[in-house]
Amino acid sequence: MSTTSEVATQAATIVRPVREQTPVGRFLSDFFESRIATAAVAVFAVILFVAIFAPWISPQDPYDLMVVDVMNSRMQPGEKSLDGMTFVLGSDGAGRDMLSAIFYGLRTSLGVGVMSAIIALCIGMTVGLSAAYFGGRTDSLIMRIVDLQLSFPAILIALILLSIVGKGVDKIIIALVIAQWAYYARTVRASALVERRKEYIEAATCLALSHRRIVFRHLLPNVLPPLIVVGTLQTAHAISLEATLSFLGVGLPQTEPSLGLLISNGFEYMLSGKYWISFFPGIALLITIVSINLVGDQLRDVLNPRLER
Amino acid sequence: MNVGRVAAPMLEARSLTKRFVKHLDLAAKLVRRFGADIREEVVQAVDSVNLVVGQGEVVGLVGESGCGKSTLGRMVAGILEPSEGDILFRGSSILGAGNSQAREAALKVQMIFQDPFASLNPRMRVADIVGEAPLVHGIITRAEFSDYVDDVLDRCGLDGSFKRRYPHQFSGGQRQRIGIARALAVKPEFIVCDESVAALDVSIQAQILNLFMELRESLELTYLFISHDLGVVEHLSDRVVIMYLGRVVESTTTDALFEQPNHPYTQALLREVPRLESRHSEFLPVKGEIPSPLDPPGGCHFHPRCPHAMPRCSAEAPALKEIRPGWVSACHLND
Amino acid sequence: MIRDSAGPQPQAADSSPGSAVPSAQQVGNTLAVEDLQTFFFTKTGVVKAVNGVSFGVSKGEVLGLVGESGSGKTVTGFSVLGLVDPPGEVVGGSIRFQGRELVGLDDAAMREIRGSRIAMIFQDPMMTLNPVLRIDTQMIEAIQAHARVGRAAALARSREVLLKVGIASPDERLKSYPHQFSGGMRQRVAIAIALLNEPDLIIADEPTTALDVTIQAQILYEAQTLCRETGTALVWITHDLTVVAGLADRICVMYAGRDVEQGDVDDVLDYPLHPYTYGLIGSVPSRNRRGQLLRQIPGMTPSLLNLPPGCAFRARCDRATDECHREPPVMEHGDNRRVRCFYPHTGGSQ
Repeated sequence: MSTTSEVATQAATIVRPVREQTPVGRFLSDFFESRIATAAVAVFAVILFVAIFAPWISPQDPYDLMVVDVMNSRMQPGEKSLDGMTFVLGSDGAGRDMLSAIFYGLRTSLGVGVMSAIIALCIGMTVGLSAAYFGGRTDSLIMRIVDLQLSFPAILIALILLSIVGKGVDKIIIALVIAQWAYYARTVRASALVERRKEYIEAATCLALSHRRIVFRHLLPNVLPPLIVVGTLQTAHAISLEATLSFLGVGLPQTEPSLGLLISNGFEYMLSGKYWISFFPGIALLITIVSINLVGDQLRDVLNPRLER
Repeated sequence: MNVGRVAAPMLEARSLTKRFVKHLDLAAKLVRRFGADIREEVVQAVDSVNLVVGQGEVVGLVGESGCGKSTLGRMVAGILEPSEGDILFRGSSILGAGNSQAREAALKVQMIFQDPFASLNPRMRVADIVGEAPLVHGIITRAEFSDYVDDVLDRCGLDGSFKRRYPHQFSGGQRQRIGIARALAVKPEFIVCDESVAALDVSIQAQILNLFMELRESLELTYLFISHDLGVVEHLSDRVVIMYLGRVVESTTTDALFEQPNHPYTQALLREVPRLESRHSEFLPVKGEIPSPLDPPGGCHFHPRCPHAMPRCSAEAPALKEIRPGWVSACHLND
Repeated sequence: MIRDSAGPQPQAADSSPGSAVPSAQQVGNTLAVEDLQTFFFTKTGVVKAVNGVSFGVSKGEVLGLVGESGSGKTVTGFSVLGLVDPPGEVVGGSIRFQGRELVGLDDAAMREIRGSRIAMIFQDPMMTLNPVLRIDTQMIEAIQAHARVGRAAALARSREVLLKVGIASPDERLKSYPHQFSGGMRQRVAIAIALLNEPDLIIADEPTTALDVTIQAQILYEAQTLCRETGTALVWITHDLTVVAGLADRICVMYAGRDVEQGDVDDVLDYPLHPYTYGLIGSVPSRNRRGQLLRQIPGMTPSLLNLPPGCAFRARCDRATDECHREPPVMEHGDNRRVRCFYPHTGGSQ
């Protein structure tokens, strides 16, 4: 069964030219074919840079009580403070520079989002691989738990958990991990089930390799593509979930605000015309999430073997 | 050729059976309790098969879809667990978890697969594909790795420079050679070839078959050659075993089988194989579809399609009887 | 036995591939393909999948189009039906169906022909069958797409055709879905759909390759009977010489996008002229002594991306010389016999 394009690719690959191309090399060249994705990666790189180096590049440390002066509060974007610093994006109700607050907020948001996504990925991946590899009762049991987990909205789970354990960065991360791991488990299991039937896994069994080796050395690398896609999109989801929680006031404490909290804090000023206190953090959040999603989209297209490019 | 070799049994399958059962889940069990007519689906893929392969022999295992030849091959190679029965390698059983003999025997029996595209791990380099198992099992040391892999690849007609490449950079025939190298790297004595040339072009097929024959001589290998292609089987095998819907229906030497097939199914198979010599043939096909293994006909599985069927055939399954020395067939007509 | 010693001298036509050779058109009054070229413009380069193929099929004739993977046989079939999608394109040559030129025909006209005058059977019947529709729905749709026919009449015709392809209880089958059938049955239904509108030409692309021997025999039997009865021309694309031996009247052998040899089935299989055909026949196990190493063609099919000029088979040919760096001429050997080679064999295939 071939479409004409498959036939052509077949015809062209009867003898492959001797290009020393690793799968990673091929992937990178395919990925950067899309200009949108390249732009998204660039934007995200900037955001990442900002997040990591926030303490050094912010005009002001907004949480240093010595520097912040309530007399500077609610200044318009472009106005100067009492000691000559320009509030590029204005200042908030407590006199903090918005730009700096956004930088720090990005740091927190990104940190929490990425951390929780990574931990959830590790847990979900192990669970999903085990379910697929061992099958039978193990599989049934695990998948029932996953189904149960997935039938609740993530935000509900997070809210319930946080109301029990209280506020704090670590608690938020735990809540996000618990809300997310099931997606990874399900994706990995589906992919692993397909790969498991393939003959190279049978060959590994025939060669008497240990279960652990087969799962981590043979199965896992081939299950990565959908996992990477889900991971990327889930990171964006985690960030927005955290923002929602913070907006609702159950998330991070005031001392370590994320973008969500900034938006929440500034909300009361929206109607009185001081839009910048909510608006700019909102834009920052939007750009972050959109760029991650665009990267995830391109990843999915590139890593999908069936899509003809 | 080679029929004269003393056939000391190297591999023996006794009453080997494999059932695939689709268990009912909780919901279905509940519904059944309320009286619904739901049964567990059982596929009798392999039904009490006895098979003996002597040292140095090539036994061809032939049949169409649903006959169980691939399942049998996988049980012999240690990929599937049998439901019943035993497999003996050089006289001792290789079944049973944790059996140290089983592990040693596992490496001695290797398999070469059908699909050159799916049988190699796309994310591993050729060097690792071939060299992983011998390294892990202590057959070679890290220091010997590179030379050993070169050596094995060379035996299979591949250049050592291919070590650093990935499977997608090779053609079907070359990938099959890599698969053969992988099997050879663990120093096997017995190889199960599961339709290993079916997916290859005719001209490449000839190369790979020649490779099999050369390796048989140089490494003193024994083969179980599973195929649906009678032409290939005739050329390569010393003995042929014909299977239909999980049962062996006939088994004898290649010459005897092709000259005077005994079982009606074998006769039909041989008659219907297209040959180069038969031009403008009048195809006279056997009627009917191959039944589903889920619901095989009672008695002799072949009776609905058999031109010589008698009433006895639907009631009673014929036993595999020796009709001549070394020749067994399962048909009531022989009585 | 040298066949040509008593016959007319072989005629060498132009050195350029396939130009000005009239035999294809003389032979084929249903389909006449002349110097067809279909290229794929991929990002890694131009793949010349079909690079100068000519053959013809007459009414009621079965032509076996034989080649291995990469030979271009499937793309040729697709080109005739206008099914080549971008990045592929028919860039040259002519395809005449009953005298009418198909290359460059507009979509609407092509759609009219496809499915009613020319039908195609694919290797995978699921390329024809929609898994979510019942068989009767699909067959009625196929009929009504080309003719103003009522549902009852279409249903009757569907039943008739299913009986013709050897399906015993057509009413039951009509109400079923494709997944309820075995592979052989599905292929039979796909063939039935191809026959619904009584096409003049059927192109079958490896329809029995994935089927068991006994089922394959049944399908070959049906195909043979049908062609005899209805006078439909059949192009049977396959890599399996043995299937073509029994079924076809004429054979056209393809290699690397070109037709390298053509003729009556007996002539080509008993007296192959092109070294490739010769090698191919020689490597079939039944043509070799049991237990001996098979005669093999060394090397692999070349990549169609960077085909060197001259004969594409030269790297694997034991008869090749420096001459073969040039384009080999197409030589005529008596009626309907063509070979593209400087040094064709003249002995028999033994």
